[in-house]
Amino acid sequence: MIADGVEDEEKWLAAGIAGLQQNAFYMHRALDSNNLRDALKYSAQMLSELRTSRLSPHKYYELYMRAFDELRKLEMFFKEETRRGCSIVDLYELVQHAGNILPRLYLLCTVGSVYIKSKEAPAKDVLKDLVEMCRGIQHPVRGLFLRSYLAQVSRDKLPDIGSEYEGDADTVVDAVEFVLQNFTEMNKLWVRMQHQGPAREKEKREKERSELRDLVGKNLHVLSQIEGIDLDMYKETVLPRVLEQVVNCKDEIAQYYLMDCIIQVFPDEYHLQTLDVLLGAFPQLQPTVDIKTVLSRLMERLSNYAASSADVLPEFLQVEAFSKLNNAIGKVIEAQPDMPILGVITLYSSLLTFTLHVHPDRLDYADQVLGACVKKLSGKEKLEDKKATKQIVALLSAPLDKYNDIVTALKLSNYPRVMEYLDSETNKVMATVIIQSIMKNKTRISTADRVEALFELIKGLIKDLDDAFHDEVDEDDFKEEQNSVARLIQLLHSDDPEEMFKIICTVRKHILGGGPKRLPFTVPPLVFSSLKLVRQLQGQEENPFGEEESTTPKKIFQVLNQTVETLSNIPAPELALQLFLQCAEAANDCDLEPVAYEFFTQAYILYEEEISDSRAQVTAIHLIIGTLQRMHVFGVENRDTLTHKATGYSAKLLKKPDQCRAVYACSHLFWVDDQDNVKDGERVLLCLKRALRIANAAQQMSNAARGSAGSVTLFVEILNKYLYFFEKGNPQITVAAIQSLIELITTEMHSDSSTLDPAADAFFASTLRYMEFQKQKGGAIGEKYEPIKV
Amino acid sequence: MNYLVGAFKPPCNIFISFADGRSRKQVPLKKENGKTVMVALFQSQESIVGEVVIEPVHRKKVEHNGVKIELLGQIELYFDRGNFYDFTSLVRELDIPGELYERKTYPFEFSTVEMPYESYNGVNVRLRYILKVTISRNYVGNIVEYQEFVVRNYTPPPSINNIIKMEVGIEDCLHIEFEYSKSKYHLKDVIIGKIYFLLVRIKLKNMDLEIRYRESTGSGPNTYVETETLAKFELMDGAPVRGESIPIRLFLSPYELTPTYQNINNKFSVKYYLNLVLVDEEDRRYFKQQEITMYRLLETS
Repeated sequence: MIADGVEDEEKWLAAGIAGLQQNAFYMHRALDSNNLRDALKYSAQMLSELRTSRLSPHKYYELYMRAFDELRKLEMFFKEETRRGCSIVDLYELVQHAGNILPRLYLLCTVGSVYIKSKEAPAKDVLKDLVEMCRGIQHPVRGLFLRSYLAQVSRDKLPDIGSEYEGDADTVVDAVEFVLQNFTEMNKLWVRMQHQGPAREKEKREKERSELRDLVGKNLHVLSQIEGIDLDMYKETVLPRVLEQVVNCKDEIAQYYLMDCIIQVFPDEYHLQTLDVLLGAFPQLQPTVDIKTVLSRLMERLSNYAASSADVLPEFLQVEAFSKLNNAIGKVIEAQPDMPILGVITLYSSLLTFTLHVHPDRLDYADQVLGACVKKLSGKEKLEDKKATKQIVALLSAPLDKYNDIVTALKLSNYPRVMEYLDSETNKVMATVIIQSIMKNKTRISTADRVEALFELIKGLIKDLDDAFHDEVDEDDFKEEQNSVARLIQLLHSDDPEEMFKIICTVRKHILGGGPKRLPFTVPPLVFSSLKLVRQLQGQEENPFGEEESTTPKKIFQVLNQTVETLSNIPAPELALQLFLQCAEAANDCDLEPVAYEFFTQAYILYEEEISDSRAQVTAIHLIIGTLQRMHVFGVENRDTLTHKATGYSAKLLKKPDQCRAVYACSHLFWVDDQDNVKDGERVLLCLKRALRIANAAQQMSNAARGSAGSVTLFVEILNKYLYFFEKGNPQITVAAIQSLIELITTEMHSDSSTLDPAADAFFASTLRYMEFQKQKGGAIGEKYEPIKV
Repeated sequence: MNYLVGAFKPPCNIFISFADGRSRKQVPLKKENGKTVMVALFQSQESIVGEVVIEPVHRKKVEHNGVKIELLGQIELYFDRGNFYDFTSLVRELDIPGELYERKTYPFEFSTVEMPYESYNGVNVRLRYILKVTISRNYVGNIVEYQEFVVRNYTPPPSINNIIKMEVGIEDCLHIEFEYSKSKYHLKDVIIGKIYFLLVRIKLKNMDLEIRYRESTGSGPNTYVETETLAKFELMDGAPVRGESIPIRLFLSPYELTPTYQNINNKFSVKYYLNLVLVDEEDRRYFKQQEITMYRLLETS
């Protein structure tokens, strides 16, 4: 059925074109022979093809364009005719003898164009006559095309300022009057189109109408190009008249299109100066009109205008652009209670962009916008609408982009309140955006208040916002998020220790609620940040601020202790252990023995109670040994306790090789180079011997279990320890001991049961080479090595 | 230019010419045989002056009982064809009975002739003016020659010429108000006006303005009325809505109109009407007819 309709239409169009061409042919012949009467007759017949009602606007346009071309030729002929002495006035009458109105009016417009050019009559009279006579066509499509033709032929003949058609009697007022009238009539016809034909084809008609909108809009374009329209005239005449028409037509499509047209075709400066009038029209539009888009575009244009030059900014202030826009938006929202939340947010978002561009210094404006947004959002559940949330993100990102500085955004009290309306997913996205902004701009956030505000903003990342169970969260995404939070924490810094401490406390307060999944990410940066503060304080003079100094390393350590403890509860014992050790080391540097001891205790407890994995234990024990070795605050007693414990742990590791390595590592606990009180050679030897024993046991176990002895690597490693302490001058390490160890290794290597281990061989070989080298080098060390036979 | 009328070959040729024939305005006149000839134009109270030339053929002698010229104003009703009613008849004797040997010229003059009616060539009636030259003869038929001419009478512009304005309509369906600037128009006039739509509840398709012509002849039971639509001028295309006003501008010059004739010699009348016709989508016609008076204004050109 529909296909048939299209086919039929093609047929009708073809028939129309054929008829048109045939008459055009006769018309040409008449033109060639200067036969005016025939020319008129055939041109009228040709134009009669345009009387059809069967074509859709699209097809009708095709027909119209062909007629248009022919009419150009006719116009040329009329011009020549007047040159040959035919009175243009007579011609103007003659074409009106045509019985059918549509051809008559096309001809009239064509002659009218020549008439104006001849200047035998004032342009305004001819124009006025033409635009009046065109009222005879009340059929929307035909009327629109006729009037569009009129607009086209009269375009270059308007009595504009500076135009050749301007005269005493013809002023730009007449030109404006003419275009406005044509515009009004065209719009009426266009709007009326929707009522033509059956209701079931409404959709199709609306599509057709949209195709024709540019015909109507062209008038506005013509208006915008009339040079003579100055601001006053625009304000007094043009805009009110156009708006009157727009408002009164009460048609959704027309109102949307025309408002947009007005905004696009007239200069920004005019918009700015007539903002009252323009904005006043918006609440009067039909409730279904997509005002948000139009208004957004207006604000976008004004924003760009403001951005174009600093010179224009005073104008914005002068006309109070912001408050006007703000009021207008309020009114529009009030007038359109059914406007979806998306629309509301889009509007505010545009307004925000506008105010950021125009009044970057007026944060209160931005806050006002956000406040209004909150008001509108309040009373509603969290947003479900995907687009709306996206728009909110855009809204919230705008100030960040503009100021490149979260600090400014933090001053906006309504900012977090808007964020509350986002669902948790989007909230996270927004939080990420904020963090990225901070990192990109390396913003320094240096007061606790701001940190507080900031964490309020990004709490979507800091803790689970709702109780809903999110198992679909992607592990990688989550890590990414938390890593960014961690980076953010590192960025928070104040040179004032007092303030920095506050910041730390604030951050701590926020992150502690993060739950077991987040803490491993967030606690370490906080700890290190705190330690950084500790070191800063340590570097300073003692108490530079006097007695009442509240931020002391001690205090920080207290906080740290509690902080790290939370990690052990979640549980993340390895991490907690590492952090405790870090803290202990820091405390060591501050000469706070009890604190350091406490941290170690904590670490040991963790080791004993929480770390059960053998691999983790190995790592942990090496960390403990390493840290402990560097500690210098401890008195003999404390140190003994701690070293004893450490050695004990070492010997209790599960795997023999691990035991062995841990034990020989423990030897360092008794011999610290730069600490004279820690040079217990005997116990070093004890450790090494024990290690040797364990290595032996390991060898035997391996023999028993697999039938082949294990690698000699452990022995070589122990040999290296021997050599180390030997060089350091530990009297307990004798040449004989080394000598026997070398022999042991050599034997082991040559025994039948030994497995081939090239790495161990190489290790041993290079150890021997080292000794040889030391000998040759001579000096004190060389002498020491001399007795050893390799 | 003038040929002899009659079946028999006449013994002499008669030429009738006007004294100011060269300068006088000529107008086209449709003859009975369908041909159009140009003839002289007069108006009432003019003197009709000229000469008659009689030229015997082959120098034959023509005997006659006298030569006369008549000026006749005739009304011919077609239902009574051949029966002429002369409302004007003037005679001038040109020659006493005698013989004609050679070409002879007779001047004639009808001074300030009263010709109240215009020449008219209607559907059922014709009004014409002729000059008739008769050479009376015994035994054989008279020799007769006719010369037709046209009379047009001019009227000054009327002192009272009211606009026609009227509101018409069908209740709750269609209300319009139309306005024609004048009620009396000269033949080359323009009808200016507008139609204002007060209420439109029907889907109109278009609107035309027609010029209708009504000729009535005879009287009593023998009255014949002939109406004809002379012009059908489209005023509007498409369906207007309430509040629209549609302009009218109709040039009368392209149409062949005559003045309004009111009861000419009790024989006939010619009247003109403007008929406003609105057509809806079902092709139903709604119309309102208004009489207008046509008059002939002296053309200055």
